[in-house]
Amino acid sequence: MFRVVLKGLAGRKLRAILTAFAIILGVAMVSGTYVLTDTLKAGFGQIFTSVYKSTDAVITGKSAIGNGQNGQLIAPSFDASLLTKVRALPDVAQADGGVGDTNGVVKLVGRNGKVISHGFAGGLAFSVNPDGNQRFNPLVLVHGTWPRGAHEIGIDAATASRDHYAVGRMIGAIGRGSVHQYRIAAIVKLGGVSSIGGGTMAIFDLPTAQKLLDRVGKFDSIYVAAEQGTTPAKLVSEIRPILPAATQVRTGQGEAAKQTSDADNATSFLQDFLLAFGGIALFVGIFVIANTLSITVAQRAREFGTLRTIGATRRQVMTSVITEGFVIGVLASVTGLFLGLALAKGLQKLFDAFGFDLPHGNTVFATRTIVVSLIVGTVVTVLASTFPAIRATRVEPIAAVREGALPPSRLARFGLPAAFGTLALAVALLLFGALDHSAPTAQRLLGIGGGVVASFVGMAFLAPSLVPPLASALGWPATRIGGVAGNLARENSMRNPARTASTAAALMIGLALVSAVGVLAAGIKATFESAVDKQFIADYALTSQNGFTPTGIDSEAAIRHAPGVTVVSGVRGGDGKAFGKTVQVTGVEPNVDKVIRITWVAGNAKALGSDGAFVEKSYAKDHHLHVGSPIALETPSGASLPLKLEGIFKAPSGGSPFGQVTISAALFDRSYQAPANVYAFVDVTGGVSDATTAALSSSLKRYPDAKVQTASEFKKSQEQGLNTFLNLLYVLLSLSIIVSLFGIVNTLVLSVFERTREIGMLRAVGLTRRQTRRMIRHEAIVTALIGAALGIPLGVGLALLIGSIIGSFTITIPIATLVTFVIAAIFAGLIAAIFPARRAARLNVLEALQYE
Amino acid sequence: MTGNENAVVTATDLTRRYGDGEAAVDALRGVDISVRDGELVAVMGPSGSGKSTLMHILAGLDKPTSGNVTIGGETITGMDDTALTKLRRRRIGFIFQFFNLLPMLTAEENITLPLSIAGEKVDKVWLGQLLEKTGLTNRKTHRPNELSGGQQQRVAIARALVSRPSIVFADEPTGNLDSKTSGEILMLMRDSVDTFGQTTVMVTHDARAAAIADRVLFLADGKIVQESSDISAEDVVRVMQGLDS
Repeated sequence: MFRVVLKGLAGRKLRAILTAFAIILGVAMVSGTYVLTDTLKAGFGQIFTSVYKSTDAVITGKSAIGNGQNGQLIAPSFDASLLTKVRALPDVAQADGGVGDTNGVVKLVGRNGKVISHGFAGGLAFSVNPDGNQRFNPLVLVHGTWPRGAHEIGIDAATASRDHYAVGRMIGAIGRGSVHQYRIAAIVKLGGVSSIGGGTMAIFDLPTAQKLLDRVGKFDSIYVAAEQGTTPAKLVSEIRPILPAATQVRTGQGEAAKQTSDADNATSFLQDFLLAFGGIALFVGIFVIANTLSITVAQRAREFGTLRTIGATRRQVMTSVITEGFVIGVLASVTGLFLGLALAKGLQKLFDAFGFDLPHGNTVFATRTIVVSLIVGTVVTVLASTFPAIRATRVEPIAAVREGALPPSRLARFGLPAAFGTLALAVALLLFGALDHSAPTAQRLLGIGGGVVASFVGMAFLAPSLVPPLASALGWPATRIGGVAGNLARENSMRNPARTASTAAALMIGLALVSAVGVLAAGIKATFESAVDKQFIADYALTSQNGFTPTGIDSEAAIRHAPGVTVVSGVRGGDGKAFGKTVQVTGVEPNVDKVIRITWVAGNAKALGSDGAFVEKSYAKDHHLHVGSPIALETPSGASLPLKLEGIFKAPSGGSPFGQVTISAALFDRSYQAPANVYAFVDVTGGVSDATTAALSSSLKRYPDAKVQTASEFKKSQEQGLNTFLNLLYVLLSLSIIVSLFGIVNTLVLSVFERTREIGMLRAVGLTRRQTRRMIRHEAIVTALIGAALGIPLGVGLALLIGSIIGSFTITIPIATLVTFVIAAIFAGLIAAIFPARRAARLNVLEALQYE
Repeated sequence: MTGNENAVVTATDLTRRYGDGEAAVDALRGVDISVRDGELVAVMGPSGSGKSTLMHILAGLDKPTSGNVTIGGETITGMDDTALTKLRRRRIGFIFQFFNLLPMLTAEENITLPLSIAGEKVDKVWLGQLLEKTGLTNRKTHRPNELSGGQQQRVAIARALVSRPSIVFADEPTGNLDSKTSGEILMLMRDSVDTFGQTTVMVTHDARAAAIADRVLFLADGKIVQESSDISAEDVVRVMQGLDS
């Protein structure tokens, strides 16, 4: 019997391949994700292992407040005098200190005076000791010599080759101060990996790096090697007693493991994120496979009938269909698995293109990847084939001798109740997720996710009832444009509503998801914009080039002297700890109310002085604060600032320009290492004009990292990150739309098989090839439009529901975006029709008429 | 006639009604039949006489509205699907008008398919005999689309015989073949009855097919109107003309 199944599949290769496609892509996404993230993890592991290869112990600063939220939280530097004490320890063979930054403080500046950047990855900066034995130096010299003195720099090989720099040439670099030119002394690379992603690397000797990073007299780390015979663990225990506060020591291996695991956490998030899209594609694949196999089963009624007459039991018939699904699943999974290898490269390129650069290393193809991909792909296909298999058992033996369609699914009768039942379940789950604030967040998210899935399933059940009216309405233009071919197309799409419905349902899912994402993004943007409109009363904003990394406060000073400037007010940003939690801290200047409209609920910011603070209303409420309440704020370096609440303001729902706790800029600058502005605001005489903009820009010439923007430019640039992320989501969701396109192709190809005789008849009575193609094309478009008509409203509805959960969400329907999706659906239909239309048009009239 | 000692198939007072109320159609209105071991019975009748319905019910493909059918002494009326399937495996062979071969299997694989479905071993000697009898020895590795209509029907005949069933039902076995090939197929069927003692019931409207039968049952309006033994083709045509008018 198994042989019969295999032979049957081989005899219907095209159908089998078409079915397989739906699963190949989903499996490829799963396998590609694993390959990519495993490769990344291995890459990070290699980087950190090689960095700490010859180091027995590492002393680093230890943030007093744990991990920060906005990325700029860095462990505080510590006093350089610690090095002398460490060197004096008996078992220390060698020790050296250095500074470094991995948060994009130091940037390279190109010949055009602009920051060299590739995507969002920031610049790295390290100090090296040009005189030492380079024992602790993780870098490898590619060309030149280690940089020495205040005018020499080393840059990474990737940047050198990308931007055409060589040893001896000049390049700019900017830290917390203004840009300086340096002579390139070295081209370097990090041992062990081919690339660290898009980030640039700048290395200097210690004094130059300390100055650039505003850490004169300080170290970020001390590397220690033990005397022969002393274990790293022993060395660490010897060092520990002499450590000052806010420092820590780890073995080299321990430090490598710690940093690897930090990186792994980020990679794991990426992995889950990408797997979700693989999951969506597989979910859509279930619909496509179930539908394709159902059609095939219906077309093979006579074959199943024959098998039954010659002694096959119902169970054998069912097993044969499921076995078919199993074989297709295994073959598709294997194909998908290997396609995943290519997809991993593609994903990396995709992230590169969107500016999220990731390190490149040797591809890792783990056993887990193979096992999970094969199991997931096979199980999903077998699952999808159970429904058609059950239908196949309904074929009576008499079908062997009697022309006639497969009896309608017994489930069809329950279609409407099932649809409304599932939709009710969906609404219940969504409402639970939305409104039951007492439930744990994980459960609520599960509720929302389950609700979304249930809404798809429910809509799929409902679809057969919606198809006839929808096809009739959406097919109307086809009858106008396509003439007789359009008419036939409309009739064909209504002929088997269940089939058209499940084909369209697959597309519905993808379109619903992109629509939901589009509506949510539009809502978030609208909310944000209204918040900016309410608060941004300055003429200009001064930010870093990318708009979100902080800029040194020197640029703020520089713009103060530009002609026409009346007010400049910077907003510092950093992390702190208050009431036991990490909070974002901002520092404002006394004139902040001239540039930002703040709605005070109580008090104000007029006299923050050296111990005043203000907070947002909800924060005050959560912590039972009122004007005059004391707040203890801890800084990363471990200092505790005793503060008194001076004001409580109310921020609009789109966001506050300040952190949870705001202090005076003066206090901030005293309490934080290397203070920087999140943004600064500028007022000028005469308001915004091109001339003023030019004048302000030219005052920032020595600060290529900074830029001035008007309120509307500020909004746009702040939304850029969201837009990029949005586009990435669209690209990843398009995978599931591609899967559903295969569904349309499958249905059409199978319909063409089925209608061969009919098409032959139409051709015989005068339908031209062109009209035949047009007929199929219009049918595809009608199906795609049904998918759009089901999916887009569903997506909008889901987005509005989720938006109302987020709360205080500006409801915005991005009409233009949704129209784009409809047009995209039409094109999708056109693309899906190419192959089936060609097949139909090429049918030999005579053979087609005799086809059984 | 009924209750015959060595009857392979018996049917008593079969009726079959399709639909109900005004639109009800009585395809069979009380048919009794008994097929003896080693007999070739032809069922004839004009279109709509109920001959196909009769055969479907005898073979357990359709259920009678009333009446009983036994095959090899087992009452099949009221049997559940699994029992009926098992019975088909052991006792029944089918020959169809449109051959109903599986296109992806070779002739030999098609022939042995009932055995592989039942999970039984192929009796090589018997298979060789069948191939020789049907003249397919040199064609056994060909697929159906590489065979002529007559050859395809030979494969179907061999498939029906391979499990040595108690009874073979043939539904218009020559209905899709030209006259010369039809003759060959009929000779083969007669031969299988004579050589192997294969009891066969054949529904046909081909007068020559009826002429090779041991017994011909004429059906009209759901009833057996005449039964003849050793009747010539000419007489069959005459009877049929009488039924048509």
